[in-house]
Amino acid sequence: MTQSMSIVDQLRARFGEAVLAVQPVCDGIPTLWVAAARVIDVLGHLKNGVDKPYKMLWDLTAIDERTRINRAGQPKSDFTVVYHLMSFERNEDIRIKVPLEGEYPSVPTLCGVWPNANWYEREVFDMFGIRFDGHPCLRRILMPPTWVGHPLRKEHPARATEMPPYTLPDDKMDREHEALRFVPEEWGMKRQSGDTEYMFLNLGPHHPGTHGIIRFLLQLDGEEIVDSVLDIGYHHRGAEKMGERQSWHSYIPYTDRIDYVAGVLNNLAYVQSVEKMAGIQVPARAQVIRVMLSEVFRIISHCVWYGTFAQDLGAMSPVLYLFNDREKAFTIIEAICGGRMHPSWFRIGGVAHDLPNGWQKLVKDFIDYMPARLASYDKAVMRNGILKKRTIGIGKFSTEEALDWGITGPGLRATGMGWDARKARPYSGYENFDFEVPVFYNGDVYDRARVRAEEMRQSVRIIEQCLKNMPEGPYKSDHPLACPPAKENTMRDIETLINHFLGVSWGPVIPAGEACCPIEGAKGYYGYYLVSDGCTMSYRTRIRTGSFPHLQMVPLISRGHLVADMLAIVAGVDFVLADLDR
Amino acid sequence: MQNAMSMILVAATGPWAAKTVAERASESLDTSLWAVAAYMVLALLAVVVLVTLLGLVLIYAERKIAGRFQCRVGPMRVGPHGLLQTVADTFKLLLKEDIIPTRADQAMHLLAPFLCMGATVLIIAVLPYSPTMQILDLNIGVLFVTAVSGFGVMGILLGGWSSNNKWSLIGAMRSGAQIISYEISATLALLVVVLFAGTMSLRGIVESQEAGWWIWRAHGVGLISFIVYLIASTAEINRTPFDIPEGESELTAGFHAEYSGLRFSFFFLSEFINMFIVSALAATLFLGGWMPFHIGGWTTFNNVMGLIPPSLWFAGKNLFVIFVIMWFRWTFPRLRVDQLMRLEWKILLPIGFANLMAASLVVLSNFYFFPGK
Repeated sequence: MTQSMSIVDQLRARFGEAVLAVQPVCDGIPTLWVAAARVIDVLGHLKNGVDKPYKMLWDLTAIDERTRINRAGQPKSDFTVVYHLMSFERNEDIRIKVPLEGEYPSVPTLCGVWPNANWYEREVFDMFGIRFDGHPCLRRILMPPTWVGHPLRKEHPARATEMPPYTLPDDKMDREHEALRFVPEEWGMKRQSGDTEYMFLNLGPHHPGTHGIIRFLLQLDGEEIVDSVLDIGYHHRGAEKMGERQSWHSYIPYTDRIDYVAGVLNNLAYVQSVEKMAGIQVPARAQVIRVMLSEVFRIISHCVWYGTFAQDLGAMSPVLYLFNDREKAFTIIEAICGGRMHPSWFRIGGVAHDLPNGWQKLVKDFIDYMPARLASYDKAVMRNGILKKRTIGIGKFSTEEALDWGITGPGLRATGMGWDARKARPYSGYENFDFEVPVFYNGDVYDRARVRAEEMRQSVRIIEQCLKNMPEGPYKSDHPLACPPAKENTMRDIETLINHFLGVSWGPVIPAGEACCPIEGAKGYYGYYLVSDGCTMSYRTRIRTGSFPHLQMVPLISRGHLVADMLAIVAGVDFVLADLDR
Repeated sequence: MQNAMSMILVAATGPWAAKTVAERASESLDTSLWAVAAYMVLALLAVVVLVTLLGLVLIYAERKIAGRFQCRVGPMRVGPHGLLQTVADTFKLLLKEDIIPTRADQAMHLLAPFLCMGATVLIIAVLPYSPTMQILDLNIGVLFVTAVSGFGVMGILLGGWSSNNKWSLIGAMRSGAQIISYEISATLALLVVVLFAGTMSLRGIVESQEAGWWIWRAHGVGLISFIVYLIASTAEINRTPFDIPEGESELTAGFHAEYSGLRFSFFFLSEFINMFIVSALAATLFLGGWMPFHIGGWTTFNNVMGLIPPSLWFAGKNLFVIFVIMWFRWTFPRLRVDQLMRLEWKILLPIGFANLMAASLVVLSNFYFFPGK
């Protein structure tokens, strides 16, 4: 009988009063309000109790509801904690919301059910001041430990001009320095065991192998890693807070800078969610342009990964070849978008401009050029004996573990689970393209690398199909909320003129609602969870990135390996610091 | 004219009138002490000039070659084709502040780079560059070279240890373990040639190769020991794929992380000179040193080959080996420290021993290609 019942009815039948309400949302994900007292039971049941369970905690975040106006039908709440679960068997998601009241409320921790809740809960604590009872190590994660206040609360200033001028007198600097000192006991680490005195090695924040500012604190026995702690947040720029102060349109350039090597893929994740809330249908040509540019950027992102991966393992040359190829790909991006790394090219309802004359030749040259190069990298990098020795069997995890820790993208596909959102949940017309999802089975660094190397070939295939089947037609929707709005008809009827005026002067006013339409990013399943309060700006912008959960898993998979393996593992994760800290 | 031709022919076919600076000095001991002093100054000058020149040339070559391997052009701005780049870099290094970390062991920290440099310079003195270009020929030449090059590791260990930095310490410890391990294989490979030549004097070894170079005269035994030597000595000079003591992407800079300015440049320079020494030894022991390329019986060919001066032969062979070592560096990824040890103790060392056995069989049975005259 339960088979035929929807998941909402099942939960209602089982938990009765604890399910407070069901909220209609724009993206169609079942969204339930659950009382804080029962939420861990509900989530545990969704993970282990229901058939076709929700195995992945994809996201955990919060909303400060205190100034939100349009909340009809939702339970009273000052702060809402949002759990976003994914079921791969159902190919469905579910969103559980917990209403909390009071200035600094608390909610039970989910760490016992999903290990990756640890960082997410720390982030929510850091950003909102919500406490998670029973959390093993509830301390700030993105902000420095000396920070006062919780930035994503509505009363926290969003701009420097709202705060007194920043000064750094000596005593304050000393305090900040002291706060950065690593004390193993605070992380539940021992300084010695038996006769062994451990060495604590500070790998970062400035280290050539970390690709940016992040700190790995390694507990070493000789060169063997006993345990490690990650200290992140050095690249935190408050991208989510900025979303609350930028118009829906003017936030697009900020998204480029999240996964900053994957350019328009970020735009796509963002504009899709906005379009879902606005109810905009994107014309076919715009969709194909988006797919084409996204795949070019997937190649660009993988080029950066490929080169630095080899470099981290000590091979100095491949990175320069790969950057050369990336440069070739950038010529396409430059010709079409004008920009390079951060073109900010997608718009709400389409793309910024039509393709320029002669774009076909550039794309054709690239898809003729790339496969031979990829074949030579296979020989030079992937089939190199030393490289194989360094990566096979290193940093292994199983599909089970991957799901437990929220691993998506190439990391998940290297464990034998061929889940790619472009196939499983096609968006932007990916269902019309013929490509394969590369899958490998060992779940080690080498297989993660093979997945990416193979993906680049598939991306070339997709680009080729875009080139051959580029539809004619408009490159932007004529929906009134598309931005910037089409100008052609503004001089013909007053309605269009008014919409254009509003769209250009205020920016579009997106109807109240919530949506999250993730995409298959270069580094995992990547999405913007947007909350609109019927305003020209977002009420809450939540950016769920791949790097965050992927790096959270690094201490687990590096245990027992050597320091050099740590670098291989980190290189195999493929993260970008801005994607991690936002 | 005829006289000149015959002289050239004699020069081309030997016997080589080899003489070292030390021998000349001792000959003139009876006549004039000034001449002895002049020879000593000459030898000193030669070493200084050679070290400087090698530093300039090798660093430039490395950067240019790296550029070509990486589809770049390498240094181009300072001087024509960037020829003066190294000079500019040297000046920059000289002008840099010499930083000693406050909690470092001052004396050892200061001493370490000089130990490294000292070991390399000592070896330069005994290498035979041509029949007449050698400062000192020791009758235990090979032993001396191995002993002194092993001494260089002291500088690295001291430098890493005294810096009071965890990265330096790890780098130094890795380096110590690596150099000491690979020294064994390198020495075993050198022993093979000592067996063949029947002497440890470097000049004697070169002269023993008149009939053919040791790399192929002994049916593969020489070749195997050449390869073992090349691998082991690449590891000894800490170059990719064995650069784990420095391992940029792992240890930032390893043992010399805390060094700057002149002291850093001493480490840096001694690394390049070490590469030269390793190549010079490979050339001397396996590739005939300054001996021209001769094929038994082909008199005309041999005469033509003999027209090329011995010092050029030596330089050419040397550059070839140096190029191979650079080629390694810009092609291979880096091994992990345990894999490195496994390679030495489980693969290279047994091969080295077996090869030494085979070599002694070859020597006992006098079973060479081009049997000696």
